Amino acid sequence: MNDTAQLVQYILTGITVGAIYALVGLGYNIIYNVTEVINFAQGEFVVLGGLVMVFMTNTLHLSLPVGFFLTVSVVTILGALMDKLTIEPIKDANVLTLIIITIAVSIIFRGLAMLIWGRDPYALPAFSKAPPFTLFHAIIQPQALWVLGITTIVVILLSLFFRFTMMGKAMLACADSPEASRLMGIPVKKMVLISFVLSAAIGAVAGIVITPISLMEYDRGALLGLKGFGASILGGLGSFSGAVIAGLILGLIESLCAGYVSSGYKDAIALIVLLLVLFVKPSGFFAGKRASLKKF
Amino acid sequence: MKVSKCLGLILVFMFVIAGFQAVPAMAEDVYKIGAVFSISGRGAFLGEPEKKTAEMLAEQLNKQGGINGHPVKLIIYDDESDATKCNLAVKKLINKDKVPVIIGPTLSGTTLAVVRVVERAKIPLVSCAASYKIVTPVEKRHWIFKVPGSDRHVVSKLYQYMQSKGIKKVGIMTVSTGFGASGREELLRLAPKYGITIVADERYGPKDTDLTVQLTKIKASGAQAVVNWSVGPTQILAVKNWHDLGMKIPLFQSHGFGSKKNLELAGPAAEGVMLALGKVNVGPLLPDSDPQKKVILAYKEAYEKKYGEPISSFGGHAWDAFNIVVQAMKKAGPNPAKIRDCIENTKGFVGQHGIFNFSPQDHNGLSEKDLVMVVVKNGDWALLK
Repeated sequence: MNDTAQLVQYILTGITVGAIYALVGLGYNIIYNVTEVINFAQGEFVVLGGLVMVFMTNTLHLSLPVGFFLTVSVVTILGALMDKLTIEPIKDANVLTLIIITIAVSIIFRGLAMLIWGRDPYALPAFSKAPPFTLFHAIIQPQALWVLGITTIVVILLSLFFRFTMMGKAMLACADSPEASRLMGIPVKKMVLISFVLSAAIGAVAGIVITPISLMEYDRGALLGLKGFGASILGGLGSFSGAVIAGLILGLIESLCAGYVSSGYKDAIALIVLLLVLFVKPSGFFAGKRASLKKF
Repeated sequence: MKVSKCLGLILVFMFVIAGFQAVPAMAEDVYKIGAVFSISGRGAFLGEPEKKTAEMLAEQLNKQGGINGHPVKLIIYDDESDATKCNLAVKKLINKDKVPVIIGPTLSGTTLAVVRVVERAKIPLVSCAASYKIVTPVEKRHWIFKVPGSDRHVVSKLYQYMQSKGIKKVGIMTVSTGFGASGREELLRLAPKYGITIVADERYGPKDTDLTVQLTKIKASGAQAVVNWSVGPTQILAVKNWHDLGMKIPLFQSHGFGSKKNLELAGPAAEGVMLALGKVNVGPLLPDSDPQKKVILAYKEAYEKKYGEPISSFGGHAWDAFNIVVQAMKKAGPNPAKIRDCIENTKGFVGQHGIFNFSPQDHNGLSEKDLVMVVVKNGDWALLK
């Protein structure tokens, strides 16, 4: 195996892993944009997506599209419930209180997942049966293409939603000033609910597409959440394109560090990069001034 | 008010009943055996089969008339996989229940937490946990034994096999947990002894989602074989990535891979994966001439009939610990010091995980000869010659 092939392999792996970080980061951003809350249960949505899909596929033997649709629906309902039962009832809560609530919810989700599925990891079959193929002597799993393709579709749909629909614009308005939005006749509560629904749906999609590659078990959420959070900070909280680019960069840094420096320190290196960014440019690399950390 | 009164009454009744139950146990002709397992908490998947095995064996033993006519009373406590609770449980066994010998605990961490307690109380303890630190240094572990083999044995077995196949350059990848770190240490330490050079030494986190990079590096390093040392999802990832990368060099796994569940998860990708396992995992495959075959099949049949679930290597540890203790008590009676001496002098004991030969220098009694090389073939284990 020559050097080019090695490099290509590292880059491909980095992009695949990075795409998942990007999806998780997007989930953070949607809720942040509307509520300024950082939803630490975002990683749990990914886990639930993966595990519910396992139930749909391996237990109910549903076909891929049906299972996909049902899984996203189930997790979306959980996201809506999370907002209705834990976020909405809190009156006059400040952002910090709500963030702590999301941590509590993440622990509850993790506990439930453990009770239902146990501690074992679960596998899913790849979406397409095709064998791995080679590109510049590097090997690509077809599922990696699914991950990249679906991430791209999600990003495009989200951008269109926020840029061109009334609802999307209303959600962004809530982020700028909930008071003013309310006066303008925007139902803020409904917008918050929709933000949770969207985030849960994206988390579920991420869980479904990576489970065939990486397996899924009940306590995977914390680390995925952390990496996704890293992506959304690096890209500038609230910026969608920023989260995607930063997620991919984070994945690439990890993979290249593991390849050329030391696989033992790859997580440390990724986190150090994150810290440096926070020291030098706390608003993240790709965000405008508006999206800098407003409340902290 | 009413509810609390009711609860109070129930409590009183429970004490009365417990008191009655305690009476026959006081009788002098009963031999007590104490046990501490991690029946709940993170070690539950280990402690549960251990508890079930010990209960089943005690029941069988009492049906056959106990130890030299004395019925056996097995007292089991759950340490909830917690070192502090384990410490309390062991103290309770020693001070309140006055047991002459203890089997368990389940985990290396919990065992190490009670070493000083049992050394001071001078009560023999046969641990079901694997860390070599449990019985090293042996001068300071006068009263402590363990039945699972060490990482050293597994690594030696793998390296011996590689040596016989002419493999000289090996790439290793280990998970960054206690399990992986211990395996890595032994893999690096023992390699020169078998004429093996470690050409790549890769690590990864227990929650990593992809190991392609590590394997790519090993592939590029010119290694003739890969050894992966982890438990949980990463050992499945290693198999899948190894398969997808179309690597032409064989993949060896740690003994952590030795569960049928892993074969189901990894699917056809696992074909050809090799590992060193205790014989208890492959009982029916053993040749009839193997002295362990009979005891393993007997345990397998009884356990699967009683509990309706397959045996595991962990239950096998409890089997070994329980029967080694019982054999010692047959000679020594309920005297802690004599039981200890008898265990230390146990030779040629045919157990689930091997043939135990204890000595004052070796409180484990197993060697790499007690392991067999296994390959995954048609979704099942097959013995390697």
